[in-house]
Amino acid sequence: MLIDVHAHFYTDHSGRADWRQVNRRRLGAGERIGITVHIGSILGTYGHRSPTYLPSLDDVRHANDRMLEIQQVVPGRVYGYCVVNPNYGTAALEEIRRCLDSGMVGVKLGASRRANDVLVDPIAELAGERHVPILHHIWQHRRRDWPGQEASDAAELAVLAQRHPETQFILAHLGGGGAWAHSVRAVEAHRNIWVDLSGSGVDVDMLHMALETLGPGRLLWGTDLTMDTGWGKLRYVESLGLPDDELEMIRFANARRIFPLGEAT
Amino acid sequence: MRVVDVAAFIGAYPFRHLDRAGSTDWLLSQMDRLHIDRALVGYLPSILHQDPAPGNRVLAKLTASYGDRLAPVPTINPEQPQWQDDVNLALESHASAVRLFPQYQGVDPSGDAMRVAVAAVAVAGLPMVLTVRLEDLRQRHPRDVTSDLTPAAIRGLVRSDDDVRLIVTHADRAFVEEVHFGLTPAEADRILWDISWMWGPPEDDLTRLIETVGRERFVFGTGMPLRVGDTSIAKLDLAEITDDDRRSILGENIERWLISLPSREFPTDA
Repeated sequence: MLIDVHAHFYTDHSGRADWRQVNRRRLGAGERIGITVHIGSILGTYGHRSPTYLPSLDDVRHANDRMLEIQQVVPGRVYGYCVVNPNYGTAALEEIRRCLDSGMVGVKLGASRRANDVLVDPIAELAGERHVPILHHIWQHRRRDWPGQEASDAAELAVLAQRHPETQFILAHLGGGGAWAHSVRAVEAHRNIWVDLSGSGVDVDMLHMALETLGPGRLLWGTDLTMDTGWGKLRYVESLGLPDDELEMIRFANARRIFPLGEAT
Repeated sequence: MRVVDVAAFIGAYPFRHLDRAGSTDWLLSQMDRLHIDRALVGYLPSILHQDPAPGNRVLAKLTASYGDRLAPVPTINPEQPQWQDDVNLALESHASAVRLFPQYQGVDPSGDAMRVAVAAVAVAGLPMVLTVRLEDLRQRHPRDVTSDLTPAAIRGLVRSDDDVRLIVTHADRAFVEEVHFGLTPAEADRILWDISWMWGPPEDDLTRLIETVGRERFVFGTGMPLRVGDTSIAKLDLAEITDDDRRSILGENIERWLISLPSREFPTDA
């Protein structure tokens, strides 16, 4: 079994004509890699009508609806995160309840508000109550603001995680750009933060540091936008001679602990 | 068919500690595991050395016992006095190529010194290896403020002399397209691109490039020890390409290219 905890899908509102082919290619490559379960999200309209990381309420509702459709078309193989923008307050909470009631298994927060902002607290609280994790987009050591997003870094996620010890958080794409060593150290002491290894970054030492500092019990496998890099990192980790149970933690067992995927998975 | 990695390094990386990687033994162990027969190997510390000659001597020494596996690629710096001696030494030692890291060495990649250097290397019958980037811009050390190489610089270098041959590593799809379709076909034929930074599915940039640019322009590279070598293999395993495409990229293109150059004695099994 192999669970990809960081997948993305597209819709007719994503501003690209090949959106169907991209979704198909993800599932096709997933079969080749041996991915049993894709846990994915749709980030609004990916900038087509509102910014990818600052999506409008209409855009997240549309995207979440499409994600639910994909989840229903391939039941047991694809699960969805509910994407929300914390700036919409009560409406964001209502959207999370609607999506989770419809079968989604997690919450995806992009970069609409810093992780340690009080506006994120009700979302973290709700995720804890519903026993679903929050996958939080992270800029690994943000040294300045970058266009198009109000990105958080690991230290800010750690503040949120400390305020909500009953909620499980996933630090998104350790290989997704930025200083991964900073992130690993920032979350080391926060046991309710899991780290996903996805992203285009494939640094050898990133994997060793994550394994040695956090241990396989805190790591989740994922791909994000580049499935080749995800598979490359998995192959490398599998070459290190880890015991089978530790490899299984990374491949799927950790994900099964924090996502409500059901007995069938 | 032999598998050749054109984008490997040994040595310490100036901007962070490489805990396990960096040694000759580590690189060879990864090559064995990934079934890579041969690697063109650069020396990481040289990226910041004003005088690359001492580093070249270390690289030669570290690879000397593994001549059938590791082909050292010495670095030159055209802003050093007598830099032509380093090109001659590369020739005398039967190097397969030479390297320049203009953005790290402080050499203007579009400037006169760079053009003179690529012309001299071309006269020697050697290809030059240029690396667009070693790390993602977002993760670099605060003092590593170098910019990536630009497509314009690569186009300018290829146009500057008809004998120039470049192996450009760590380029993404947009970079390749901007150079390839901005050159005449004859100019574009004088560049090989390694696949290490090209995206696989679901975007499938590598598959698209092989369709549009042609498989003969692509070679296998990993970026080890900074990058996990498995990724480039995984990229090929996921690409919708033929077995012929795969063989060409893994080794045939680079071997054919190096053997075809005038003064090359690239070691072969034949």
